[in-house]
Amino acid sequence: MNSKAILMQGNEACVEGAIAAGMRFYAGYPITPSTEIAELSAEKLPKVGGKFIQMEDEIASMGAVIGASLAGLKAMTATSGPGFSLKQENIGFACLTEVPCVIVNVQRGGPSTGLPTLPAQGDVMQARWGTHGDHPIIVVSPSYVKEVYELTIRAFNLSEKYRVPCILLMDEVVAHMREKVELPDPSSIKIINRKKPDPTIKEYEPYKDCDGDGIPPMANFGEGIPFHVTGLIHDITGFPSTSATVTEALITRLMKKIYDNLDDILDYESIFTNDADTVIISFGSTARSVMRAVQIMRREGQKIGMLRLKTIWPFAHRAIQELSSQVKNLIVAEMNFGQLVEMVKASAEGRFYVAGINKFNGELIAPNEIISRTREVRSRA
Amino acid sequence: MMAEKTFSIHVNDRACKRCGICIAFCPKKVFSSENGKPVVTNLEACIKCKLCELRCPDYAIVVGGEENE
Amino acid sequence: MRKELEKYFRTEKLPHIWCPGCGHGILTGAVVRAIDNLKLDQGKICIVSGIGCSSRAPGYLNFNTLHTTHGRALAFATGIKLAKPELKVIVLTGDGDCAAIGGNHFIHACRRNIDITTVVFNNNIYGMTSGQYSPMTPQGAFATTAPYGNIDRSFDLCKLAQSAGATYVARGTVYHIPQLIKLIEKALLHKGFSLIDAISICPTYFGRKNKMSSPVRMMEFIKDACIPAKNAEKLTKEELAGKIVIGEFYEEFAPEYTEEYAKVIEKAREGK
Repeated sequence: MNSKAILMQGNEACVEGAIAAGMRFYAGYPITPSTEIAELSAEKLPKVGGKFIQMEDEIASMGAVIGASLAGLKAMTATSGPGFSLKQENIGFACLTEVPCVIVNVQRGGPSTGLPTLPAQGDVMQARWGTHGDHPIIVVSPSYVKEVYELTIRAFNLSEKYRVPCILLMDEVVAHMREKVELPDPSSIKIINRKKPDPTIKEYEPYKDCDGDGIPPMANFGEGIPFHVTGLIHDITGFPSTSATVTEALITRLMKKIYDNLDDILDYESIFTNDADTVIISFGSTARSVMRAVQIMRREGQKIGMLRLKTIWPFAHRAIQELSSQVKNLIVAEMNFGQLVEMVKASAEGRFYVAGINKFNGELIAPNEIISRTREVRSRA
Repeated sequence: MMAEKTFSIHVNDRACKRCGICIAFCPKKVFSSENGKPVVTNLEACIKCKLCELRCPDYAIVVGGEENE
Repeated sequence: MRKELEKYFRTEKLPHIWCPGCGHGILTGAVVRAIDNLKLDQGKICIVSGIGCSSRAPGYLNFNTLHTTHGRALAFATGIKLAKPELKVIVLTGDGDCAAIGGNHFIHACRRNIDITTVVFNNNIYGMTSGQYSPMTPQGAFATTAPYGNIDRSFDLCKLAQSAGATYVARGTVYHIPQLIKLIEKALLHKGFSLIDAISICPTYFGRKNKMSSPVRMMEFIKDACIPAKNAEKLTKEELAGKIVIGEFYEEFAPEYTEEYAKVIEKAREGK
């Protein structure tokens, strides 16, 4: 109702979404192509009483974000490849200590310093397994500027709800592209805040699954209930333990709180999949090229569908498994040497022929490249 | 007067790890070692400087007060 | 334990994991006594540590406590303090944690002059991993990774902090405890970044490698090596070799980070 249309960049939509979601703390370190997120946060956060700090590096940014979240503020950081690598240590800390936070990774060409100003989707696997050890994580990836806004809010909501770091996996194209965006009336946005413990409680056990949903209520530092947080394996009281039973229970709960809620967490869009013999799977800006290619091929009468993943991790196996039996081919289009395609192969379990369209030279995958590869795949044998 | 009478140095035997710091650095040599364990053998010399208590790494010494156990 | 101090400890977690004669227990006691002397609001204190022997201290202390990743305590602490400036944030760290892996965070926390008190439990060695040399191990000392003697030059943490912008800088020791408690009290009352370089002892790993395996011998070494800052002023560089200068080095009243940020919020809101 009260919405307004604005021409907006992806990175800008991210900050707008974050503030709408309740972000009141940002710590970051400048890195292309995510820098606008820091700049806009520096400008906008103090206006709403929030805090911005430019830290000495990405490790520190991630640490400050976790500290601020423990103190009760919704916190975010944004970075790109090299910085994302540095943040992994403390992302693992947030996973184990169950501190909500949002990490934006605007992907650029890698490895190492790579191609700082050019797009890529090479951090798909790093987003899932960048930090060491078994851990849960949620990763969402937008394709449109409007969706950057929506998925940033969703990232905060999921992170708060499940007490897990949530990664907004963007790419340089979505981050820097400008599109017309109609921002919703703030009152219409659904905001989720972390569960708080009962304030009358005498003995707060910070990691006790009181509600049976695998998500312990979280107190804020300095609000009456003192507690201990450690990156060591800990029992329900929050204190270190090396017990096999405790360890197994903790890791199992951390995984289950995510995998038991796939209905809520998974998000994908199926287009023309009902009668398709070939489905092209994609995400991020590549999905836009796929969309165009599918439209062209459909116009030519070819039975092509597409599956656009908005939640990348946990992987939407069910989106593949629920495809109907007339689907013969799955083609995964991604700006990397072939990462998500391996997950698709695992889901396909031999039911479908799985091929990839891969580009890792800093250029977008163009619709005509998708069309010719699709032709190739469909005419095989 | 009462305080003088009940003055004591309490060493919590369970907490003490027998590092010997209290015995070695008491300015008045109030403690003796019994196989490494500090024993108060010269209470009257104590000047209540509390250095033994402050330097005890294991919070095992209380000077002039009651122990909690 | 003295009754009035019990509330500051998670007494059920004691005895602590530290070795017999470990200076860290003494230092933790000094921090608690300083807090008690000042009658600070226990519920508003947040104690943050990194990784290592020193960093196990918060687990024994009954406050909001956070045991972070190696070297990163000050980064987490900065987030907490900026998010909630009303909290009194104390960082307990070790010489390896603070000066090696956390060195960058350390100088930048100093530079910002954010209101955090950092107490470095400085025992000149990595204890948790059993005796490797740290940036604070003296030249010539032995460590498991310096079997032929340490050739690295060590930091003077106080000079480092001061030149990086810390506004209260002092050094005390496990031997000079009444003085150390006073220094920590002053640091806690100071508005801005305060550093206490607290010289600790590690009889187990530093001591054994350096012919001082008994806690008493290590304490004697500290006692003999220390010289008050005032006396040190009159000595030459040669005379000061091998000495540990203790006392207050620097105190300055300068704008504090979170207060400055509050002004940023005011400015941003006016421009609305």
